[in-house]
Amino acid sequence: MLSNLSLRYKVPIRISLLILIVALAVTVSLLARSYLMFKQDLFVSSENMGRIVASTLTEALLHDDVWKAYEIINAPFRVDSKEGALQADTVIVLDKSERVYVSTAPREYPILSDPALKDDEIAIVQRELPQHDPASPVMIEMSGLGNIYVVTPIDSDGVLLGRLVMLYSHEIYIDRFLSFVRQAAMTAALIIVLLLPFGVYWGQRTAAPLVELSKSMGQVGSSIPQIPDSRILTDGDEIGQLWAQFQRMIEQLREKEALEKQMVVSDRLAAIGRFTAGIAHEINNPLGGLLNATNTLQTHGAQDPLTSKTVSLLERGLLQIKATVGALLVEAKPETHPVTRQDIEDTRTLVMPAAQKKSATLDWVNRIRQPANVPSTYVRQILINLLLNSIDAVPEYGSISCEISTTDGVLRITTYNEGEKINNNDLEHLFEPFVSGRESGRGLGLWVTYQIVNTLNGSIEVSSDEDDTHFVVTLPLRQAA
Amino acid sequence: MRIRHLDCALGVLFLLIADAAAVDNPVPQTVVRIGVTPVFLDHQTAFLDDWREYLETRLQKPVVFKQRSNYREIMELLQAEELDFAWICGYPFIRFRQDLRLLAVPIYQGEPLYQSYLIVPDTDTDTGSILGLRDKIFAYSDPDSNSGYLVPQFQLHALGEDQSNFFRRSFFTWAHQKVVEAVARGVADGGAVDGYVWDTLAKVNPELTSRTRIVTKSEKFGFPPFVARRSVDDREFRRMKDVLTGMPNDATGRALLQRLNLDGFGQGNDRLFDGIAEIFEAVPVR
Repeated sequence: MLSNLSLRYKVPIRISLLILIVALAVTVSLLARSYLMFKQDLFVSSENMGRIVASTLTEALLHDDVWKAYEIINAPFRVDSKEGALQADTVIVLDKSERVYVSTAPREYPILSDPALKDDEIAIVQRELPQHDPASPVMIEMSGLGNIYVVTPIDSDGVLLGRLVMLYSHEIYIDRFLSFVRQAAMTAALIIVLLLPFGVYWGQRTAAPLVELSKSMGQVGSSIPQIPDSRILTDGDEIGQLWAQFQRMIEQLREKEALEKQMVVSDRLAAIGRFTAGIAHEINNPLGGLLNATNTLQTHGAQDPLTSKTVSLLERGLLQIKATVGALLVEAKPETHPVTRQDIEDTRTLVMPAAQKKSATLDWVNRIRQPANVPSTYVRQILINLLLNSIDAVPEYGSISCEISTTDGVLRITTYNEGEKINNNDLEHLFEPFVSGRESGRGLGLWVTYQIVNTLNGSIEVSSDEDDTHFVVTLPLRQAA
Repeated sequence: MRIRHLDCALGVLFLLIADAAAVDNPVPQTVVRIGVTPVFLDHQTAFLDDWREYLETRLQKPVVFKQRSNYREIMELLQAEELDFAWICGYPFIRFRQDLRLLAVPIYQGEPLYQSYLIVPDTDTDTGSILGLRDKIFAYSDPDSNSGYLVPQFQLHALGEDQSNFFRRSFFTWAHQKVVEAVARGVADGGAVDGYVWDTLAKVNPELTSRTRIVTKSEKFGFPPFVARRSVDDREFRRMKDVLTGMPNDATGRALLQRLNLDGFGQGNDRLFDGIAEIFEAVPVR
């Protein structure tokens, strides 16, 4: 159950537990320490008290002054003790024969009574005593004894006159200990109250990226998740590394997806290309014969006006077919010269009227300084196709831009236009023949462009969004022969 | 003697300087030295201060009260002429009568007499006489006290008991009030106490006396008297006597007497203490 809990809760709970455990451990160790110190305190103070009282008692015992002895042992009791002060519950003075000389509790331990008869514990203490140094105070604390006994000899010149027995109830331990516990508990509670919110906050902070990562990873498979911006630049710790790795994975997934899409498109375009080329050849061969036949008819045939008119109609129709088929087939044109700056500028001159007709502005950047070794005819055809398409796509007073440059051994043509976004479905079929987003045109411009680019081993990329649509054509420069 | 006469003649002048000198550097000839014993609640320092002030005003002389922890020390000081007057018990008075002059006897409840009380803890409801305290722990006040020692000794003797072995153990508390404490707290199973002290305590500290029970009250004896050393100057003696016996005549004196729980001080005579002398004679030497 708990192992399935989200880290969002698990980490704060663990941190809170840790805080609790630390607070508890500190409290317990403090308590243990104070307990030991208290015990030491009790021993030292009761021992001192024992020595002082015993020495004052010497004279009273020597003079056999019971009342004086009583007043001496009773003196500490006359002062109202502060709470928690170490004070004996009962003080008994024993004479040489271990009978009560006088005690602070005369009704329990009357004068001359045998305290061992009254109190089993004193019997135990008396049995215990010979094991200790007879000349110094002894603290006897045994399990099973309800009191702690501090026994101090009363002597004069080394002659034992009696013993001073001070009984400390375990209750003073308990009382003192309880007050320690209360203080410690208060401190611990304060620490917990102060630290817990931090712990929870920290825990959630620590868990958040993991939780988010887990959520994002969960989406992989059904879709490629967007990585939140806040996670793109994370720390270099393991979670940051995970995110970075995940980001790389997502990028690769995207690339793979794009590649797959592109492959499908280019496969299809290649198939269409082969298909159209096949049909075009099949049409071209009889077409050539038909055109020869009409030519022969016009040159050598009967010259009645109806026939001439019909043959002329036939010829025009056949020529149109030829033009269409020719447009489908990108034939290897005769070698032309490498494209020059002037070739590019000529193209601009050619398309300007169309642009002006739409009042569109054409932003023109021509970076070609030296002739680039790419057939100029093709380059001009590509440029014209792309620019005319762009002019067609932009609204009135729209703007188009075009940049031609050579870098890193390639000629790059980039066009931008402010036209409407091309939807994804149309993008997939953009380069297919007879596909046209508009009423006019045969829809062969981009097809032809594609074919030319393919022929020149280049690439064409298109991207389109709300703001603009742009085409990038890259054509490798041929090595000079 | 001549010096003293001179001093008396210069009494007024003396008063001006003596007050400062009296405490720190007392001049024996010019200061009235009074010994007090625990025959009354002598630990009331504030009371003694007030009484001293009263006496000084009346005597026109500085007065010093000297307190000692037992009767014997006061007697020794008297005999050594370190004291001029003392408030002692009737028992030492009859024993050292040749060294002393009877100055005044307190009047308690209309007569210069008092009793010895035999007390036990209030938890002891059985004991009906001193015989019930056989083999018990007994508290005396002072070996030189009549009510706190001589009387119970005599009672045991009169009953045919050997007073030295009758109690299991006995001890002295050196003050009547402490006999009451010893009995009240159960340190002793019984005690002999000055009846006047017990009665006074019952007024000022009834909680203490309520924890004791009076078993028997003795016959009446002469109240612990004020005495003077035999050698004291006659004029001094008379003045002191006049001041003491005159206390009921003024408000301050009456207030002091009220605090002492006494009616006043009477002339008294030695015969008052014949009763003590008799029992002293009867009891074998301690």
